[in-house]
Amino acid sequence: MFDWIMESFYSLPVVMQILFKITLIVAPLMLAVAYTTYAERKVIGYIQVRIGPNRVGPRGWLQPIADAVKLLTKEVIVPTNANRFLFLSAPVLAIAPALAAWAVIPFDDGMVLADINAGLLYLLALTSLGVYGIIIAGWASNSKYALLGALRSAAQIVSYEIAMGFALVGVIMAAGSLNVGEIVLAQQGSIYHWFLLPLFPLFLVYFISGVAETNRAPFDVAEGESEIVAGFHVEYSGMAFAVFFLAEYANMILISALTALLFFGGWLSPFEGLLPESVFAWPVLGWFLDSGVHWFLLKTAFFLFLFLWFRATFPRYRYDQIMRLGWKVLIPVTILWLFVLGVLVFLKVGPWFA
Amino acid sequence: MTFDLILFYIFGAILLGAALAMISVRNPVHAALFLVLAFFAAAAIWLLAEAEFLAIVLVLVYVGAVMVLFLFVVMMLDINLARLREGFAELLPAGLVVAAAMATVLTLVITRFIVMDVPERAGADYANTEALGAILYTEYVYPFEIAAVILLVAIIAAIALTMRRRPDTKYIDPARQIRVRRQDRVRLVSMPSSPEVSEKDRSE
Repeated sequence: MFDWIMESFYSLPVVMQILFKITLIVAPLMLAVAYTTYAERKVIGYIQVRIGPNRVGPRGWLQPIADAVKLLTKEVIVPTNANRFLFLSAPVLAIAPALAAWAVIPFDDGMVLADINAGLLYLLALTSLGVYGIIIAGWASNSKYALLGALRSAAQIVSYEIAMGFALVGVIMAAGSLNVGEIVLAQQGSIYHWFLLPLFPLFLVYFISGVAETNRAPFDVAEGESEIVAGFHVEYSGMAFAVFFLAEYANMILISALTALLFFGGWLSPFEGLLPESVFAWPVLGWFLDSGVHWFLLKTAFFLFLFLWFRATFPRYRYDQIMRLGWKVLIPVTILWLFVLGVLVFLKVGPWFA
Repeated sequence: MTFDLILFYIFGAILLGAALAMISVRNPVHAALFLVLAFFAAAAIWLLAEAEFLAIVLVLVYVGAVMVLFLFVVMMLDINLARLREGFAELLPAGLVVAAAMATVLTLVITRFIVMDVPERAGADYANTEALGAILYTEYVYPFEIAAVILLVAIIAAIALTMRRRPDTKYIDPARQIRVRRQDRVRLVSMPSSPEVSEKDRSE
């Protein structure tokens, strides 16, 4: 049965095969995005000793569906004197890079849509494009608040991108490759081989920059509701507004997935090399303990949970404090650690660089 | 006509169209966005030439950073189009001379290189990033380092030119703020809670 499915799949034209694979990635991703909004409201609810959404469906499980239906049936209002074409293309520009970046994410050994050898550069380039959706939305809305939000957010994203890029340079130095799959394979061995240990400061910098890049709390001054109402998307309604949210959550999942891949060994099991090989041959538990796509999803879910936890815990940073953290703390830390890393790689300090 | 060639002409047409639109549209923000489109088309053409490092870095640096800051500035500017067009007639002859000079130089340069054989296709294991790194850090290491130093000087110069101390602003230094300890801000005063008011206080 399985062979027959694979055979008929490979007999399809290449374009059809690629489209099928894209659907396999994007459809679960959109579902994950919808349920991340639900998880966010539930998690923050429990942190604040509330129940969270609990009316639509059993335990509120259908809440995201209800939200989607509500937003779909609302009218999309285009403000007078707004630039109509740019106003409506801004949400598309926000979500397109967030989805396109998933093309180079490996879910398991070899399970990747496009196994390109400049994967990490491609990711860096695409994550830097998301800012266009925000900046164009702010300008095309013809609204002061939207423009201010867009300017704040653009300055913030450009600033944190430098620290993020430097952190990725560290990963490239350690792995010796730009291919995301090979970066994960370079961490093979045991939990001590993961890049978390030799690159610990870079991991912190990367994740903090990731939170700042996605404009999430505590760095969400771009939408600071007490100061500029909602920032760049203040004039948007209905589905155009929802697409910005889809983009934000898709970006959160992307940053979580990248953190898991680059520093936490992606699909590699934390028990690899610690438990004897015979354990992995056990019927069900062995499969679970062995490396596989489930470990990648678990790690991604953990970092996604951190995003929600941060939002419920930290007060919002002030704008000049955000800039100071990015330029005067994170960038010097990365540059210093690149020197340390250079020495480590040169002296072949094991087990990572031996 | 191969598929590569069709793609090349499509992206070439987009590149030329976007470049023309960039210099001809009136709205400066639209002009900046057309420049972004031109960069994308150029990156696509580089990808077709198997120069994926250059293509991605063009998008990363120019589209992802430089043009964002450009848009940032252009959106903040309140450009008066009528004033911009003032003196167009007087400056036209000078502009035409400059344009003619540029066109001549460009034609001279381009005609020297334009007749070129189609480069050989590299194998599937060819990595543009590695190939570039290999010659950049061996054969061209001195020009590369000189370029790096020039860039560093430019960065420092730009910061030095724009940084000025303004004593009249009420700027708060976040670094000093977060270093504040409790004893800098809070002073506990022990007050006697006796109901009687002393003789001295009454006299005041």
